[in-house]
Amino acid sequence: MEILVCVKRVPDTAENEIEVNRDGSDIERDDLVYSVNEWDNYAVEEAIQIVDKVGGAVTVVSLGDEESEEVVRREMAMGANNGILVSDDVFTGSDGKGIAAILKAVVEKGTYDLILTGAQADDGAGQIGGMLAAMLDVPYASVVNSIEVLNDNQLKVGREIEGGNQEMNEIALPCVLSIQTGINEPRYVGIRGIRKVASVDIPIWGASDLGLDPANVGESGAGVKRVDYFVPELGEGAEILEGSSEEIAEKLIDLLKTKGGIK
Amino acid sequence: MESALISPAAASIFGIPTILFSILIPVVGIAIFAYIMIRRITPLVKAAPDERFCCIGHRIFLTLKIWLAQWRQPRYMLAGILHIFIFAGFIILGARSTQLVILGFSENFILPGFSGIFGQIYNVLKDYAATWILIACVIAAVRRGIFKPARYVVPPRYGKDHTTEAIFVLGLISTLMISESIFEASLVAAQTQKGLHAEFPAPLSLAWFFSHMLSGFSQAALQNTHLIAYFIHDLTFFFFLCFLPLGKHFHVITSIFNVFFMRVEKGDVKPVRYGISDEQLDDLDSFGVKVFEDFTWKHILDFYSCADCGRCSDRCPANAVGRPLSPRFISIKGRDYTFKHYPLIGGNSAEAKPLIGDIYDEDEIWSCTTCGACEQECPLGIEYIDKMVDLRRGMVDEGLVPQSLQKPLGALEKRGNPWAKMEKKRADWIKALTEGSSVKILEKDTVAETLYFVDSISSFDDRMQEIARCTAQILNAAEIDFGILGKAEKDSGHEARRFGEEMLFQDLRDHNSEVILNSRAQRIVTADPHAFNALKKDYNELPPVEHISQTVVRHIQSGKIRLRAVEDPAKIYVYHDACYLGRHNNVYDDPRQAIDSIKGIKRVEMTGNCRDRSFCCGGGGLMLFYEPEEEQRMGVLRVEMAQQSGAHVIVTACPYCLVNIEDAIKVSGLEGQMEALDLTELIAQHLISEDREQVTEVGGQKTEDRDRDKAMK
Repeated sequence: MEILVCVKRVPDTAENEIEVNRDGSDIERDDLVYSVNEWDNYAVEEAIQIVDKVGGAVTVVSLGDEESEEVVRREMAMGANNGILVSDDVFTGSDGKGIAAILKAVVEKGTYDLILTGAQADDGAGQIGGMLAAMLDVPYASVVNSIEVLNDNQLKVGREIEGGNQEMNEIALPCVLSIQTGINEPRYVGIRGIRKVASVDIPIWGASDLGLDPANVGESGAGVKRVDYFVPELGEGAEILEGSSEEIAEKLIDLLKTKGGIK
Repeated sequence: MESALISPAAASIFGIPTILFSILIPVVGIAIFAYIMIRRITPLVKAAPDERFCCIGHRIFLTLKIWLAQWRQPRYMLAGILHIFIFAGFIILGARSTQLVILGFSENFILPGFSGIFGQIYNVLKDYAATWILIACVIAAVRRGIFKPARYVVPPRYGKDHTTEAIFVLGLISTLMISESIFEASLVAAQTQKGLHAEFPAPLSLAWFFSHMLSGFSQAALQNTHLIAYFIHDLTFFFFLCFLPLGKHFHVITSIFNVFFMRVEKGDVKPVRYGISDEQLDDLDSFGVKVFEDFTWKHILDFYSCADCGRCSDRCPANAVGRPLSPRFISIKGRDYTFKHYPLIGGNSAEAKPLIGDIYDEDEIWSCTTCGACEQECPLGIEYIDKMVDLRRGMVDEGLVPQSLQKPLGALEKRGNPWAKMEKKRADWIKALTEGSSVKILEKDTVAETLYFVDSISSFDDRMQEIARCTAQILNAAEIDFGILGKAEKDSGHEARRFGEEMLFQDLRDHNSEVILNSRAQRIVTADPHAFNALKKDYNELPPVEHISQTVVRHIQSGKIRLRAVEDPAKIYVYHDACYLGRHNNVYDDPRQAIDSIKGIKRVEMTGNCRDRSFCCGGGGLMLFYEPEEEQRMGVLRVEMAQQSGAHVIVTACPYCLVNIEDAIKVSGLEGQMEALDLTELIAQHLISEDREQVTEVGGQKTEDRDRDKAMK
């Protein structure tokens, strides 16, 4: 099975203290460390496990600046067979539809049976998987937490439903799935693994390689534009506990006790 | 010498000269033994290289101490004493057994040098040796078969009970002792009956008893007894010899080698592969131990040498709290694997299968805190830490790392600390220094004579920052010109290495080494034993490293550090030895001496569980992140031990110990009754400094404490 996994380089929320910058246009990016979006990492692990079982190859694609090459490399260290970096100045400022259109061009440049995305990204809107499927005119399942290959043309996929319920579906290939965390236990990628793929050539594709009209992507093609970025004001009924971790814990317990949350 | 009995070299049964048997038995016995040994050596030859020929002098010393003098045996008193008697008896009877075998075809044979007075003394000694061995075997069999000490129990998941083999071997040894004694006693009885000269057996020895019992036998009966005893001994001897390499009694043969080749340096970790430099590591196809042949020959020799005594597991904290690890079975399973895959007959047909998922489990290998209690205890010099690290290296290379450890490892890579805190906040703890205390940050042109290596936990953890501040206060009091590396410091990588992420460790080491050397500091001090061990054992060519407890003692002696009398003389203190300070670095006395320098302080010991028998608090570094299956926390057991010693205050000298023990006190519901304190805090509390004395004079102790609390916040 030929699988394409779309991955994104994001500031790791667990390893950063995220603050909005002064003019509210973005977050403060000095001192940030980046990693593969967690959901995407699960998707790559799932793809590798499928290929281990039924054969084929895993290709990882990342759309972003040149720095995004590091996440492609990391996923190749994990076991993905091929990597593609999609990067072009004209892509800057793309909205969700623009990104989906770029990825559609990537998909059409190869032959893939299955396309995986993360269910969402730390800094995203969770919209790419669905848009991409629609543009490709293939079936789509979101928040997938289990995949079983039935045959060459069909998968059985589990979906997480609100309230802890589970739904099982058969889905025809080719298709797009957005992957939920917890579907597997992603393997560890050590320094040694990354070094092993350090010299692997990763092609960089731009708008012209993909046959895309710059007018339809990037800022010029975007129908959605970010106008502000801020931390919400403390509203009524909201309270932020302050102090050391222990003090916060104590205050929280007191609060829960007084409000009847715990006895 | 005229003899009343015909010797096995001259006798015949049904017309067949017995000399035939007494030649055939040794020839066949030695041939089978040689064959078995060659088969057993095969995996050692195929194994990974190991460098064990350094420091020969020290190795000879260790062999004399641990093997010949059985130094570690009395740590378990009864079993140890029994073993010493059996071992000493074996050493003594070695000569007698050789003589007996040769007597079978060479009448009146005496070993060279055994004819004169030495021979007479030897004969007395060997009679008693045979006697005490038999007594020791009987006691051991009763102990093993009837009293069944808990340490020998084989949990169902590890297979069948080993008692039968143990009793069987005790039976073989007893048979050897009895037959040797009867062989001698029957001759003595016959000689005495005929009024011929007889070598009298040593009074009250086994041979002496038998000679009296046999005195009423006819000459013919004595002749038969003499021959039967000889051949029982001969057969048993060679059967025993060939049986040894088939089970846990292989140690009778391998122990001397295993002890000779044992670990000589504590606290260090073996290189990924001997003979491969750090620069060549990238060329290796595989890292660590994945399949059996990845073990070094010494590690396979360890498997052969395990006597199944259970001491390692008895002292293993992971085993004590019900984690899925028992070091004893790391060896037993390894040995069983060797026997199965390198059979005596036929080749190694099985394909090399990964050991993880076959004989070992992931959780089993991650359960080890590398505290070293097992290695400290093993009377045979078997190693575990390097095996754990090598198996982990293999798992890391395959990506088999629990999710709970992937986050901190990733953070170490990106941020240089396992909590993923911002590098620029590494020195934030100095913002709340005690008044009068100051800390230099060694960057650009700022230099200091001493570098204080803080390491991650004391830099970032709210509670442990207190240790850093107290350390600074102590260094100030001792008038030491010191500084820290600030944001340039990264985690020492001590646990990254011991958790198998060698390349990450090397990156951290290379970075730290460079900034440390650039700082031009003449010496290094740290309050974190894990950093202490890393800088001493894992790093190269750094200035000398000292733990703060050593600094404190040195400066108490020099008079620069002066301590007040203890604040609350009613409190009883106990010191908990950190594994990486005590067992791995032999720093046992400095922290105790530092505590005892506080006048009026009452300190007790956790007798039986202190110094090199200290019990791990739960493990440091990455072990704080790992989520093991366990029935309870190691720290909880440790707090119980402290409570039993009658202490109210547990003094630690390691931030990880403090984390684990403070947590354990809370978990045990002992808050208010027990408390934990770092040595640096205890010392800082009792420091006499010029301005502090004034405070005491004006406002008394209470005020001063409040000031200190304020300053800390």
